[in-house]
Amino acid sequence: MTTAPSFEADFSSPRPSVWQRLLSKQPFWVMIAVVIIPLIMTLFEPSFRHAFFSGENFVNNTRNFAFIAIMALGQVAVMITGGIDLSVGSTLAVSGIVLGLLMDAGHSFWLAAIAALLAGIVMGAINGFLISYLKLSSFVVTLGMLSIGRSVALAISNNKFFHQFGEDEPLLQAIGGGKTFGIANPVLVMIVLALVMGFVFRYTRYGRHLYAIGGNEHASQLTGVPVDLLKLSVYVLSGLMTAIAAILMVGWLGSVTNGIGIGYELRVIASTVIGGVNLLGGEGGAFAAVVGAALIEIIRNSLLLAGVDPYWQGTFVGIFIILAVLLERLRGRKVG
Amino acid sequence: MALLEMTNIAMRFGAIEALAGVDFSLEPGRITGLMGDNGAGKSTLVKIIAGNFPPSEGNMFLEGKEVHFHKPVDARQAGIEVVYQDLAICNNLTASANVFLGREVMKGFWPVRILDNWMMSGRSKVLFEELKSETRPDDVVRSMSGGQRQAVAIARTHLSKAKIVLMDEPTAAISVRQVAEVLDLLKRLRDQGMAIVLISHRMPDVFAVSDQIVVLRRGRKVADKPILKSSPEEVTGLITGAIKLA
Repeated sequence: MTTAPSFEADFSSPRPSVWQRLLSKQPFWVMIAVVIIPLIMTLFEPSFRHAFFSGENFVNNTRNFAFIAIMALGQVAVMITGGIDLSVGSTLAVSGIVLGLLMDAGHSFWLAAIAALLAGIVMGAINGFLISYLKLSSFVVTLGMLSIGRSVALAISNNKFFHQFGEDEPLLQAIGGGKTFGIANPVLVMIVLALVMGFVFRYTRYGRHLYAIGGNEHASQLTGVPVDLLKLSVYVLSGLMTAIAAILMVGWLGSVTNGIGIGYELRVIASTVIGGVNLLGGEGGAFAAVVGAALIEIIRNSLLLAGVDPYWQGTFVGIFIILAVLLERLRGRKVG
Repeated sequence: MALLEMTNIAMRFGAIEALAGVDFSLEPGRITGLMGDNGAGKSTLVKIIAGNFPPSEGNMFLEGKEVHFHKPVDARQAGIEVVYQDLAICNNLTASANVFLGREVMKGFWPVRILDNWMMSGRSKVLFEELKSETRPDDVVRSMSGGQRQAVAIARTHLSKAKIVLMDEPTAAISVRQVAEVLDLLKRLRDQGMAIVLISHRMPDVFAVSDQIVVLRRGRKVADKPILKSSPEEVTGLITGAIKLA
């Protein structure tokens, strides 16, 4: 047999330019929406400009979505591997209650914060262990943990409302509610964590392997990627991120009850989906999480300032979630 | 001396005897076609070589030294690579990322060690050029043709300087015109001195590139001869049992 000519050239298309690649990325379009929605609102309602772009509203806006975005950064890691973490709302409550409980009992902020972080890590580790090593479905395991966490928060708080945090109360409130360089602290933490996670996803072996697991778990196993350990790690990461959000949130609110974070798992997952993270795994990034959370907050805030009955907020957010998935389908990709 | 020598291999799964008394050897720079019906023991034999499980009986010698593989990593470290039928490729990663998956090239100093994508892309490009494939290292595999995906899988084995490559049905899942391309890839690997096992149901492919043909039937070896001394008719007879031994 003679050497066969290569047929590949027939199918190849020119390399997409940087611009074309940017246009094909969902976070880019969401970013555009984040900028444009307030501008359009301003055109229709001049008074809106003062309300929306006032310093106070802007700080509120960014701080409100910072908590969700921080949790979404952990969620993205889970979703890149093809899993899902539904337990984050309850993890937030357990961490928050642990923090309140210990500070209320007179312990220092630092001890309480470490305990809160550990609580998040332990809950993530239990999720991760069951999913990685016992091969249970992430949906079911974290759904169970959603119920367990909320019940644990109720039990350990004894349904108490914590609003006194001992002598470190000013420190806690400064960390969660204060500003540094004119930016709300939770927003700063979000920016730092997003940069760190963005770096990890893009430039480290760990990040590359997470995408590989999401793309083809079996193949990753065959090439020697430590699949089970990495899958365990993303649930721990999600728990840790949630615990960080819990500490900041309790500091900002100045109080904590076991009802904190109810329904947050949906807002977190909605953020990642709107940002363009694929539910089937293998795709997504840190920017997607942040920009998705930002868009939800912009929609919420714009509707509020435009005088739309808050009862309709869920409808608008829901429409955007469905639009996000529809956008992916239109671009010809498989979607979850 | 044979590169790989397996003697009197038997494999039992409970009461089922998947392989019995099989001798099998591989020479460098030769393609061995491994044929047989479903359940004849082909994949069991391949899995033993790849280190998925040790044989119930028998010995394996690699370059004259006895080896015992208990997990796939053992075999890979000894220079045995498998290209799986489903290709074991991550569609969401680039060709270069797939080639280097699990053995990424890093740069920088601890604690900031980052992926050296430029280096990996460059080396993948060279590998693809050696394979005469036009696969572009920075393209995502999802958008590639079956032949290009094979090239990615094969470049992986090339990177590791494998001595033995086990190919599980490499031409089963691709279009007819890409088959020739893949068979050419196999011949290039052989010419570089690798020993290749081609497991296939497609008689024309096996006869197009193999040097040696081995046929298994019901866990026993019924033929092991140079391909020139055999024929598709004879092999068909051996597979179905119409011919008992050749």
